[in-house]
Amino acid sequence: MARQGYDGVVLAAPFTEPYTRFSNETAHWWIARALRGSLRAAGLTPRDIDGFAVASFTLFPDTPVALTQHLGLSPRWLDSVPMGGASGIVALRRAARAVQAGDAEIVACVAGDTNPIDGFRKLLSAFSRFSLDASYPYGYGGPNASFALLMDRYMTEYGASRADFGHIAIAQRDNALRNPHALMKKPLSLDDYLTARPIAEPIALYDCVMPCAGAEAFLVMSEDRARALNLPFARISGTIERHNAFADDPIQLRGGWAVDVDELWQMAGMGPPDMDLVQTYDDYPVISALQFEDLGFCPKGEGAAFLAARDLTITGDLPHNTSGGQLSAGQAGAAGGFIGLTEAIRQVTRTAGPTQVADAARALVSGFGMINFDRGLCSAACVLEAPS
Amino acid sequence: MTQPLAPPPKKNPARRTPVPTLPPAIRSRAALGLALAAAQGRFQLQTCTDCGAVQYPPRDACHRCLSTALVWQDQPRGAQLLAETTIHASPDPYFRERLPWRAGTVQLDAGPVALAHIHGDVARGARTRTALMLDRAGQGVLVALPEQETPHMQDDPALRAMGTHPSHRRILITDARAPEAPALTRALLDAGAAHVFLGLAERWRPFPAQPTLEAMKNVTLHPLDVTDADSVIDLAGSIGGKVDILINNARHIRPGGVITGTIHDASDALQKGALGLMRLAHAFGPALSARGADGVNSAAAWVTVLPAQSLAHDPGFAASTAAGAATRALSLSLRAELRAGGIRVLHVHAGPIDDDWHQPLPPPKLAPNALARAIVQGLEQGLEEVHAGDVARDIAERFAQNPALLAREMEGGA
Repeated sequence: MARQGYDGVVLAAPFTEPYTRFSNETAHWWIARALRGSLRAAGLTPRDIDGFAVASFTLFPDTPVALTQHLGLSPRWLDSVPMGGASGIVALRRAARAVQAGDAEIVACVAGDTNPIDGFRKLLSAFSRFSLDASYPYGYGGPNASFALLMDRYMTEYGASRADFGHIAIAQRDNALRNPHALMKKPLSLDDYLTARPIAEPIALYDCVMPCAGAEAFLVMSEDRARALNLPFARISGTIERHNAFADDPIQLRGGWAVDVDELWQMAGMGPPDMDLVQTYDDYPVISALQFEDLGFCPKGEGAAFLAARDLTITGDLPHNTSGGQLSAGQAGAAGGFIGLTEAIRQVTRTAGPTQVADAARALVSGFGMINFDRGLCSAACVLEAPS
Repeated sequence: MTQPLAPPPKKNPARRTPVPTLPPAIRSRAALGLALAAAQGRFQLQTCTDCGAVQYPPRDACHRCLSTALVWQDQPRGAQLLAETTIHASPDPYFRERLPWRAGTVQLDAGPVALAHIHGDVARGARTRTALMLDRAGQGVLVALPEQETPHMQDDPALRAMGTHPSHRRILITDARAPEAPALTRALLDAGAAHVFLGLAERWRPFPAQPTLEAMKNVTLHPLDVTDADSVIDLAGSIGGKVDILINNARHIRPGGVITGTIHDASDALQKGALGLMRLAHAFGPALSARGADGVNSAAAWVTVLPAQSLAHDPGFAASTAAGAATRALSLSLRAELRAGGIRVLHVHAGPIDDDWHQPLPPPKLAPNALARAIVQGLEQGLEEVHAGDVARDIAERFAQNPALLAREMEGGA
């Protein structure tokens, strides 16, 4: 049976609470700020939402259940989305179905995390059982070491060079310089990238994101409601989601997108060349390259070379991670799974301001999350479109 | 090529001794199977008894068939290095002090893929021989070693950091009179030990090995009576800060049952075995614990020599085996206490040794040389449990299978 489309459901009111490197506030505080920002943008109050989806790593000991009382919400539909870098698209998928089925009228999707001093180490130290049992005891490089192994294998297998990956990071820094809220504010040269201090070879400083505090939010509602509220909105043309794909691959060189990519484009009724911009999950440049391959932009193994031949800046032929992405704007915990999505909604609704891609109408957003042991387990993607 | 370790410089008393830190120690219950195998130098992985799948990381159900009937089985050690990294930044205090650190992904011949520490002599993409070893936290970790022995391979920084090799270390053997003492001293020096201290009770009473031991280079004899707290404290006061490995081989083995044995022998067995261990731990434990990260010759291990029958009573040696069981119980607790300082406690279970007190027993008996070799190998491989000799191995195997049955069999004189 063919999957039902997402007709009549739209995304609106994207909001980014500006990130800070460290924060003594709580996840509750950050989530409240982003939710309030999104509701204000839509001209709504907390009483107007009846659905609430939350992604956060630092709410402990609370869950989204406690958050309803903490924030004075009374939703009839509540979801916790523990999927890290895939949480934005997964939240969108679930919320859209709830709105479509009438289980909720307006769902607020929010991700937020705080980052106190030493918070990242503490967050890592209880991330997953397989990490504790089989990853951290081996040098405790965290995600840097896990993805260094992937990148090492990718470079060996496909002959990609560090300069190829540098091209991705440099273009994003260029984009970030237009985003006043990006944490990284200095230009990045290829020389800077190549001579940066090694973190976990072959990964060096500018392959890594900066952990920080921040929050992102958007609203899911019917198109009719968005029109009634006079809100700019984005349509959902197609989405996919997959977990623990290709479990027998000895090292992750492809993600779950490769399983479902045909369905994504079929559902969207378009293809990679139709995209005006792409937002990938960029915890490391090599992961972005993987997504371009698995989402059909180029054959497996050619991602780095394909991207090296493109201009990935806002004014380029393939604008990519237009807000600077996590590499240059910062990785605010689970909000890293929302950053590309909120930016894509802004882009196709032409509200991106300084990072606006001219005439942006169609965007691909991709999510990737949760290194349980040696690989990211969650993958997701969606195609957003401006109303014609 | 591994750089051979240089002998450490004399300790500078003006510098602070580094506080021992430990690698990440938290594990799931299932993953403790790695430590159990590593403690004995075995290479075991979790296996499904229903479908035969070998899996890693350890789980609570089979990832192929969802069976919960999982056991640990010996597996082939071969592997292929698929990818590697050299870590230059870590938020973990233990690794931060030891950077850069090499780690990699290995495809095990047994089936699964795993992360492992990579020995410096393993080339990129090479075949390797994997081992399960205990790290400083006492947890089992995978190490990819060169397929063939390489020169000075035990001096690799990763192995040195987790191991208890005697080389460059100063070692106290608590009982110079024990039958294995001369062979053990020789074997430790051959393994590169910097110095061997030997404890000697009742110094006025001569013993056959004395001239041999006194003539050896880098060997010194010291008054030590483990049944006397003052004697133990005196020795700790003079050499406690220089003992990197303590081998407690003091034990009192005498034949006799509960009715036929003497209270005097039983008291001696407990005083010399169980309580002797406690006196030594009081006097030497704090300095050992504090020196777990003290450079090349950091404190590394405590060895407890136990009668194999400490796992199950032997009615023919009732008091001695009871004292052995008490010593083992205390030593297990000591293991937990010393782990915080990164000090490993190695139990060497010795079968009946070929000496006067086991004279009427039939073979197989353990030659003192063989016991000495077993202790040194245990230290070289960084083990926690060694069973020296056929009798000790046999008892351990039967104990693992069915302790109650073993007890019955021991009563029958087995």
